[in-house]
Amino acid sequence: MTHILQPQSRELSRRSFLVTAGGLGIAVAFGSLPDLAYGAAMASAAEGAFRPNAWITIAADGMVSIIAPAVEMGQGITTTLPLLVAEELDADWNRVRIVQAPSDAETYGNPGFYGIQLTGGSESTRGYNALLRLTGAQTRLVLLAGAAGMLNVPVKELETEPHRVVHPSSGRSLDYSEIATKALLPDSLPQATEADLKPSDRWRYIGSRTVRRIDVPSKVNGTAVFGIDVQLPEMLFGAVLRAPVQDERPVNIDDVEARNVPGIIHIVPLHYGVGIIGETVEATRRAKDLLKVTWSRTSRVRNYTSQRLLDKYRAVGRDLGQQGVPAHTNGDAEAAIAGAATVIAVDYMSDHVAHATMEPMNATAIVAGDRVEIWAPTQGPTGTQGFAAEVVGTTADKVKVNTTLIGGGFGRKAEADFIVDAVSLAKAVEGRPVKVIWSREDDVRHDKFRPLEAQHVRVGLDAEGNIVGWRHRIVADSIFARTLPPVFAEAGGHDDVVTEGAKFNYTVPAHQIEYLRQDNGLAIGFWFAVGVGYTRFAIECVVDEIAAARGVDPVALRLELLKDQPRARKVIETVARMAEWDRTRDGRGLGLAYSDAFGSHCAQVAEVSLNRETGEIRVHKVWCAIDPGVAIQPLHIEAMMVTGITNGTGHALFEQINVVNGEVQESNFDTYRVIRMSEAPEIEVAVVPTPGSPFGGIGQAGLPPTGPAIANAVARLTGGVRLRHYPFTPERVKAALEA
Amino acid sequence: MTAFTINGHAVDVAAEPDTPLLWVIREHLKLTGTKFGCGIAQCGACTVHIDGEPTRSCQTFLEDVAGREVTTIEGLSPDASHPLQKAWIFEQVPQCGYCQSGQIMQAAALLERTPDPTREQIIAHMDGNICRCGTYVRIINAIERAAREG
Repeated sequence: MTHILQPQSRELSRRSFLVTAGGLGIAVAFGSLPDLAYGAAMASAAEGAFRPNAWITIAADGMVSIIAPAVEMGQGITTTLPLLVAEELDADWNRVRIVQAPSDAETYGNPGFYGIQLTGGSESTRGYNALLRLTGAQTRLVLLAGAAGMLNVPVKELETEPHRVVHPSSGRSLDYSEIATKALLPDSLPQATEADLKPSDRWRYIGSRTVRRIDVPSKVNGTAVFGIDVQLPEMLFGAVLRAPVQDERPVNIDDVEARNVPGIIHIVPLHYGVGIIGETVEATRRAKDLLKVTWSRTSRVRNYTSQRLLDKYRAVGRDLGQQGVPAHTNGDAEAAIAGAATVIAVDYMSDHVAHATMEPMNATAIVAGDRVEIWAPTQGPTGTQGFAAEVVGTTADKVKVNTTLIGGGFGRKAEADFIVDAVSLAKAVEGRPVKVIWSREDDVRHDKFRPLEAQHVRVGLDAEGNIVGWRHRIVADSIFARTLPPVFAEAGGHDDVVTEGAKFNYTVPAHQIEYLRQDNGLAIGFWFAVGVGYTRFAIECVVDEIAAARGVDPVALRLELLKDQPRARKVIETVARMAEWDRTRDGRGLGLAYSDAFGSHCAQVAEVSLNRETGEIRVHKVWCAIDPGVAIQPLHIEAMMVTGITNGTGHALFEQINVVNGEVQESNFDTYRVIRMSEAPEIEVAVVPTPGSPFGGIGQAGLPPTGPAIANAVARLTGGVRLRHYPFTPERVKAALEA
Repeated sequence: MTAFTINGHAVDVAAEPDTPLLWVIREHLKLTGTKFGCGIAQCGACTVHIDGEPTRSCQTFLEDVAGREVTTIEGLSPDASHPLQKAWIFEQVPQCGYCQSGQIMQAAALLERTPDPTREQIIAHMDGNICRCGTYVRIINAIERAAREG
């Protein structure tokens, strides 16, 4: 198992094990309106409690507080990560409380994800698991050492049961609370190594179907505190009128009427809009409607019309004379394709999609001199510190971020525009907190959409139908060029997230992936599964196109291309069995797709029907087999697959943002269609872990296969009608049927 | 001042009569379990009961509730003991959880009138409530469980 731990291991030195001085006030205890209990957890813990390290505090009553370093947006991570600590600590889960990490990347940053606090990329379990398990194991060794002194017996005679150290030969035992309050620690603290971790057959919590998510009870009675729920003394409200086109600025502001709205305190010109501060949220919204602003007309985004650009992107993909930046090269794919007996050359495309998280963008901030405190539903506390510091002209260490529960993230709340709003307005009323809440219309129009993209895929087959070369050209703007310019530059103009998922585990003799960046100015961002959401759409549909060209079964073809991939074969075989792949259904088609993204293997089969008159697709059922490596919380993994599949269906069928001359045409749920209950498929999930394999990510693993499974099902139902453009709107389906 | 009853308590609110009830509940009365989702009655996150009727509070105005009885998620049961709340926990329905107050309030009104709904009745009644985490299948399961176990 060395390969699992090595890349992320940190040596747990005595220094890191001891209480470090200062700066450890704790952000939010779950579900504790109205007083929010900021800081209360650790303040009470600090008196007479045993704090062996920055992660764990054992109170005099034995209650163990464990830090949750990643943020909770429904992916269950505030249960998952502390559970790993509790497992190795051998704590009684019923005597554990979980505390959200403060903004302190040095202590709580993700060792597997640039060392920062940013929850995304399905990286939390993958990045933190080794550190947290070792921390739990080492704390257990410390408790054992302390108990050995108290019982005056050698450590090797001691064992642990949940929350107790026991001495089997004498029958004596000590509760962790007794050890924490009374034990004297040896000068040289025991170090935990991989050898001290529990073997999987002794896990009490990992893999258990009885562990429940700690955040759920607060989410059924109104006590869960999301960013938008933050209440602070003397709090004011803020709204921002944003430019209709990105990057335009206010050149003339007529705020006479807006200022006259009762309760309005300040109108704050910003370089990107006009801020309003008021005593009530309704006053700020009324005033916002009354502002009359003349905007600049200089932004190049005014040239941005998405459907026109998509046509251009497709042409760029097809034009092999245009060179891309190599993203992956294995052999000379084009030469192999040139000599092939059959060439499949197809274009796959997708429109922009919006996040439309149920909790609209919001943040609360207070500025006092060079210090800033923020309460926000942010995926990225570290980035939040940097952006806030820039607004105020201070340094990141002077910015404290209290991370709340997040009402839907999907990558949107890794951005900082809503943070900048709150800090900019709070700066205008120093000493008073300001809560900024976006309207849904602004949330949609000023989203950072998933990239508009076209992909040109060329596959060469020899006379027997074997793949000889696979070339994949991805045409889209860059996310990293905007969000992480140094990373983008260092990669030589390649964008790792935009082309994410294009590299696959199918065995092909020559494989070439190119990225052709299109710089058109509109900000694009991280959306649920990022690049994988569309690259696997193209790949999995092309695999089915190859199967059709060869006249072989798509399941058989995949198993052939994954000969040496037992985990891949397992999920495909499992899902085929679950769906009764070989049984034909009247008027309904089955389609399969597979993905190995995020370190997990996921295969899905969709059962669909089609109304040929209207072009409407109905997804009746989706079966899913997921191998996450280690299944920490199997029940919750099932839930995450349901999320991926339901949204995977919705975005494949409905979700579409159109930009015309830089103006976003959709604005709310009446025009931006997301999936509803009556459209959601029935779902059956099998979690099939592979003992001894690395911990995979599951947050996003469920979404990528759903869309291609639907498209493949439609093709099999219609004798080969291919849908190659997300979303599959009725008009596009009818056009494909008539083509 | 507008007087009405919320979760059994008489309140008097000093806000403009055309203030959306949603903001009165959330920011004047600080009952933040009721959520802002869209502002145009398209998502259901702000659902409360007015005299027992499930209502979108974002498109209801303070003057509309004068003298009436408003119930929010905080007042659905004294200790999260409503059969739906218990079923929601049993089925582990919420993911991000933001829409769930509205989902539960919408479902509570269904069970009040139709104690044993069919799956079709559940879907027809719940279709106006969006869940961006796609928890729909578990919402259906939880409503069926609550109906069964009362």
